[in-house]
Amino acid sequence: MGEKFKTADIKGDHWGSRIGLVLAMAGNAVGFGNFLRFPVQAVQNGGGAFIIPYLVCLVLLGFPLLMIEWSVGRYGGKFGHHSTPFILHSMSNKAIWKYVGVFGLFSNLAIAAYYCYIESWTISYIFHTIIGTFDQLSRFQVADFFDGYTDVAHSTTGIPYEALVFYVLCLALNSWILSRGLAGGVEKASKIGVPLLIVFGIFLAIKAITLKAGSENAVYDGMVGLSFLWTPQFDSLTNPKVWLAAAGQIFFTLSVGMGSIQCYASYLRERDDIAVNAMSAGFMNEFVEIVLGSSVIIPISIGYLGVDKVVDLVGLGGLGLAFRTMPFLFEQWGSILSVIAGVAFFGLLFFAGITSSLAMGTPIVGFLKDEFKFSNKKAALTFALVTLALGLPVVLFFQQGVFDEFDYWAGTVALFIFAMFESILFSWFFGADKGWKEFLKGADMKLPGIFRYILKYVTPILLIIVFVTSLIRPAKDDWSSLSFKGWELHPESILGQITYKGILYNKQNVADVFYSENSGIVDSIYSLRGKNYIRITPEEKTAEYGKNYVFKEHQKILVQLGDVVKAGQPILQGRVINRILYIKIARFILLTLFIGLSILVHLAYRNRKKYHKI
Amino acid sequence: MNTSALVLMISTWAIVTCFTVYFFIKVLTAKKHDEPDSYVENDDESI
Repeated sequence: MGEKFKTADIKGDHWGSRIGLVLAMAGNAVGFGNFLRFPVQAVQNGGGAFIIPYLVCLVLLGFPLLMIEWSVGRYGGKFGHHSTPFILHSMSNKAIWKYVGVFGLFSNLAIAAYYCYIESWTISYIFHTIIGTFDQLSRFQVADFFDGYTDVAHSTTGIPYEALVFYVLCLALNSWILSRGLAGGVEKASKIGVPLLIVFGIFLAIKAITLKAGSENAVYDGMVGLSFLWTPQFDSLTNPKVWLAAAGQIFFTLSVGMGSIQCYASYLRERDDIAVNAMSAGFMNEFVEIVLGSSVIIPISIGYLGVDKVVDLVGLGGLGLAFRTMPFLFEQWGSILSVIAGVAFFGLLFFAGITSSLAMGTPIVGFLKDEFKFSNKKAALTFALVTLALGLPVVLFFQQGVFDEFDYWAGTVALFIFAMFESILFSWFFGADKGWKEFLKGADMKLPGIFRYILKYVTPILLIIVFVTSLIRPAKDDWSSLSFKGWELHPESILGQITYKGILYNKQNVADVFYSENSGIVDSIYSLRGKNYIRITPEEKTAEYGKNYVFKEHQKILVQLGDVVKAGQPILQGRVINRILYIKIARFILLTLFIGLSILVHLAYRNRKKYHKI
Repeated sequence: MNTSALVLMISTWAIVTCFTVYFFIKVLTAKKHDEPDSYVENDDESI
């Protein structure tokens, strides 16, 4: 196309072996979501029936996007580009595409900021499992340990700012591996991490499936959990929400729309087979997700807690189930097996996490090396420092919702937007026929020709539909409410998020009165780890479903123990900083990051023009 | 475990596992291209 840049620097970074590349790509795709998000999504969206839209989306969205991203990456790599702004620019000389490519830098940095934080939890939990922190703790004490851990000022080991220390350690480890280059760092880590996580996963899956009621304090067989997860509720197939959830899960699980696949593929040459590599890495991820991911946390937790309790707990998300509940369940397996299981579980999460976070770092390192002539070490250190700067608000204000904002905008919306534009560029500007030929160059196998038409028409149109429906999703998923006169937006829709639809009370940044955000009974007013709390628990629910509100010494409590409180009722008087302010700060940080990266891309473009490299 | 759940689970697991093994074997047994390719494992050490 418009690109006339020289061919790839053959002395640059390379993959050590084909198997190493496939494991690195699989490691990139396999992440926390395979074990924590997939089973939760399945439980919430029709059990076994969820797999039907999931597999349809895999064929119509997942595999085509893998084909696009591998092809786009290898094509851009021909011209010496290893990050999406200039990879996309090499496919069309319209200036806009390099700024669309900024998403491939933005998402990686912003996601790494909170992803490495979860990764650091796994290191910490392995440490705590080995030293016996969870021994003899009740389920509520284990859950409280997590709350204490994420309350950064508190320490569970005596190390001040412990969560921050583990986070910095985790970033340092990522930076060190990245500094060793592609073959010597990322690939070696993947060759160790991916097989180990599969071994750990198989061990835990066998243990979960063979769990017997009555042994090791289990109440139900592990098979009850599998049965619950896989029993199809076919009526859910007509619900658009289920299809949106399936499309979303395919995105997250394959790590498409991030720019990391393109970056890894950019280190390949034109004659290398990408068709088999892409399918192998994709199916390896699906094996880990569908076979292993469905066989660990749900069967084990249902074995001990029963279906109803687990259904309630998955409503709080997979992270909560993993970090607030699983250590307690492993403790039921005896002193030795509980340590082995804990290390295996958090170990597999750690390997799943680090092979993904390394994939987030590689495009940033590639960009800095290509455009600003950084050395590997300097680029890896810069990645770690920028991630740390972005991650500090996530760590320090985790409980105020900064984590969730990063996850929503960078880890969800940005992926959809980037994948949609990338698919449009590949299919309609670069040309789907040319793109299909590009994908099959050097391929050792033939793929069904129908994918050519899926790439051309189905995938871009489906992505546009998914994006538009996510943008305007109506309240209660009532699609019949759409009208030209307007409709109530769903709080989780993109427009609903922009307009703070989910925040019904406490809408001022700073206020003198704080209103309860849920209805229930004031069942406790207590102090813990130097903080004061009021807990309001919905009627007929246990305390773990209660909502805790922090209050300061200078604030006056307007309710008493045992009071029945309605959502929106004042409960505290005195100056209070509301959650909405932290949300606005998080959005400002993300917007600043995007603008900053766009400026860097613009400077790099000017630089390339100056030296006639573009 | 009820029959519909068992059928769905076993068939899905079987399909996914077969494809995973098939493509992985393809990767392991693929003919190596003559140099230059992208992988350093078969690079001539004297270069």
